[in-house]
Amino acid sequence: MDLYEHQARELFEEHGIVVPRAEVTDSPKKAREIARRLGGRVVVKAQVRTGGRGKAGGVKLAADPAAAELTARQMLGMDIKGHTVGTVMLARPVDIEEEFYVSYVLDRAAGRFLAIASAEGGMDIEEVAATRPEAVARVPVDPAEGVTPATASRIAEAAGLPPQTVDVLVRLWEVLVREDALLVEVNPLVRTRDGRITALDGKVTLDDNASFRRTRRGAGHETPQDPLEAAAAAKGLTYVKLDGEVGIIGNGAGLVMATLDVVAGCGARPANFLDIGGGASAQVMADGLSVILSDPSVRSVLVNVFGGITACDAVADGIVRALDTVRLTKPLVVRLDGNNAARGRAVLDAHAHPLVEQVPTMDGAASRAAHLATTP
Amino acid sequence: MAIHLTKESRVLVQGMTGGEGMKHTRRMLAAGTNVVGGVNPRKAGRNADFDDRRVPVFGSVAEGMDATGADVTVVFVPPAFARPAVTEAADAGIGLAVVITEGIPVHDSVAFVEHARRRGTRVIGPNCPGLISPGQSNAGIIPADITTPGRIGLVSKSGTLTYQLMHELRDTGFSTCVGIGGDPVVGTTHIDCLAAFQEDPDTDLIVLIGEIGGDAEERAAAYVRDHVTKPVVGYIAGFTAPEGRTMGHAGAIVSGSSGTARAKKEALEAAGVRVGDTPTETARQVLAVLNAGG
Repeated sequence: MDLYEHQARELFEEHGIVVPRAEVTDSPKKAREIARRLGGRVVVKAQVRTGGRGKAGGVKLAADPAAAELTARQMLGMDIKGHTVGTVMLARPVDIEEEFYVSYVLDRAAGRFLAIASAEGGMDIEEVAATRPEAVARVPVDPAEGVTPATASRIAEAAGLPPQTVDVLVRLWEVLVREDALLVEVNPLVRTRDGRITALDGKVTLDDNASFRRTRRGAGHETPQDPLEAAAAAKGLTYVKLDGEVGIIGNGAGLVMATLDVVAGCGARPANFLDIGGGASAQVMADGLSVILSDPSVRSVLVNVFGGITACDAVADGIVRALDTVRLTKPLVVRLDGNNAARGRAVLDAHAHPLVEQVPTMDGAASRAAHLATTP
Repeated sequence: MAIHLTKESRVLVQGMTGGEGMKHTRRMLAAGTNVVGGVNPRKAGRNADFDDRRVPVFGSVAEGMDATGADVTVVFVPPAFARPAVTEAADAGIGLAVVITEGIPVHDSVAFVEHARRRGTRVIGPNCPGLISPGQSNAGIIPADITTPGRIGLVSKSGTLTYQLMHELRDTGFSTCVGIGGDPVVGTTHIDCLAAFQEDPDTDLIVLIGEIGGDAEERAAAYVRDHVTKPVVGYIAGFTAPEGRTMGHAGAIVSGSSGTARAKKEALEAAGVRVGDTPTETARQVLAVLNAGG
């Protein structure tokens, strides 16, 4: 998961990387107090998990505490690329002498991490990389060795960064490894007029799979903003809300993704991605159905299960039991195939719910669910 | 012959005595897999009973290899123990480690994949269903009873899409089906499998299943263009996936303009790969190519 800038900033600080003094608030009044504490003149930065804040009006300089309050009031509640601004960070401005770019990213192809650094930070690094690739250094990091001062010197040299940045490069690697991050990025990393190397803005993506060994921070366990996603997360379901009208439940990430695509190919839009996983129980099925049925934009539901480890009769039992606990108000199209499919189909036939129908193929079921969702 | 896994393969199971390990070891044995031992340091010297088969438990992979000549290990241990488990297997010099465990932190995968590479151990997975050479051996959790031996090779990031295609093409059958896993870092890639299938005299046609995220399919497409002379039929999942959301698999995420299903499909088609719009259509294309004599 992506951290907010202020959370990334805290991590940097804990690992000894210099950051400007700053505080976070959700209240314009408090913004005024914070600005006063920080010396009057502050940068107000909207806290949203998306890039391009500056261009969207999410980063502004305020000359005094009154201006800080006004700016915070304007910024809070603002929409930036679909993200509502819930908090703002106020930071003491720094006098910038030079701007750099540094990051460690996962190189999926090589199966290792890669240092990316450039002496031309502050602007759109992707544009620099595209137009003048020679200005951006890409140095693979040996997983067994990590970033030692010697490695960091090589990175700094390759990118044309000053020697003072070597220490930051080592510490930033420590952030990546100790926090189980998939990405750490500082842009810009600046040299101030008084010669200090300071991280002015940062991005950190934590690895959700490592939350079991991440004990001290609540950041890995944040509730999603969308209420349906929050409900699904509370029940431990793998669920993504989309903006269509066909609710979709399936087993296995690949098959569910394929099901969304087939529904879209039939002229309807998927309302969600919901994977009940392998060996799904009746309870998981009921939980999944209740989340999907509580989405008012859903007009039909498609259950697409290919029984591998999962037995189709268990899924059918699950659907039947779900129908006892969840009141079905929308048509449910079911396709069962694979392990114990015949028995599963028989269970649903015997139950004979008027809103449940079975279609034997994936394409046929998708087409039927799409038709039901798009016909008035 | 099949790739990576044959009738001759002698299989250890790390984590065999756990719930998942017991369940799937029973299934592997039923599929004809030569499971020669389990590994659990706390239960070394005991046996585990599976219907009519008694399988010994060893204290380490090295002990198991010494006693049985094992050359494959299937890893079912929980995520926190996966890194030491694979490292141990690689240090013991095993040829193939199939890592079923899901939810392994990426830093751990990077570490054990690199370690295994240096020791000459092939890793399949993590977060994968394993691989099956129908009628010969099954290392992992792929259901053996939905298909038959045949001459199609399949490589896929997705378990359930593997099952779907195996089922639809059951009458034609497969040499080997490999689920490489949906994590951002995996030990064996599409390209590794394409190369092995190209060399395998028992494989006539290759099915390649991909999904959003990364650029593995684009790189596979370039490899097909330059090195594969056997027909390849592809399928890509995730056309409707929105940007920035992880779609079930840890690695299945569209970031900006990269990793989209469309880009992957176009790259495959440009390399001469036929790509189906649905799993069913993909299976039909496979049959059409085979019936046309390749």
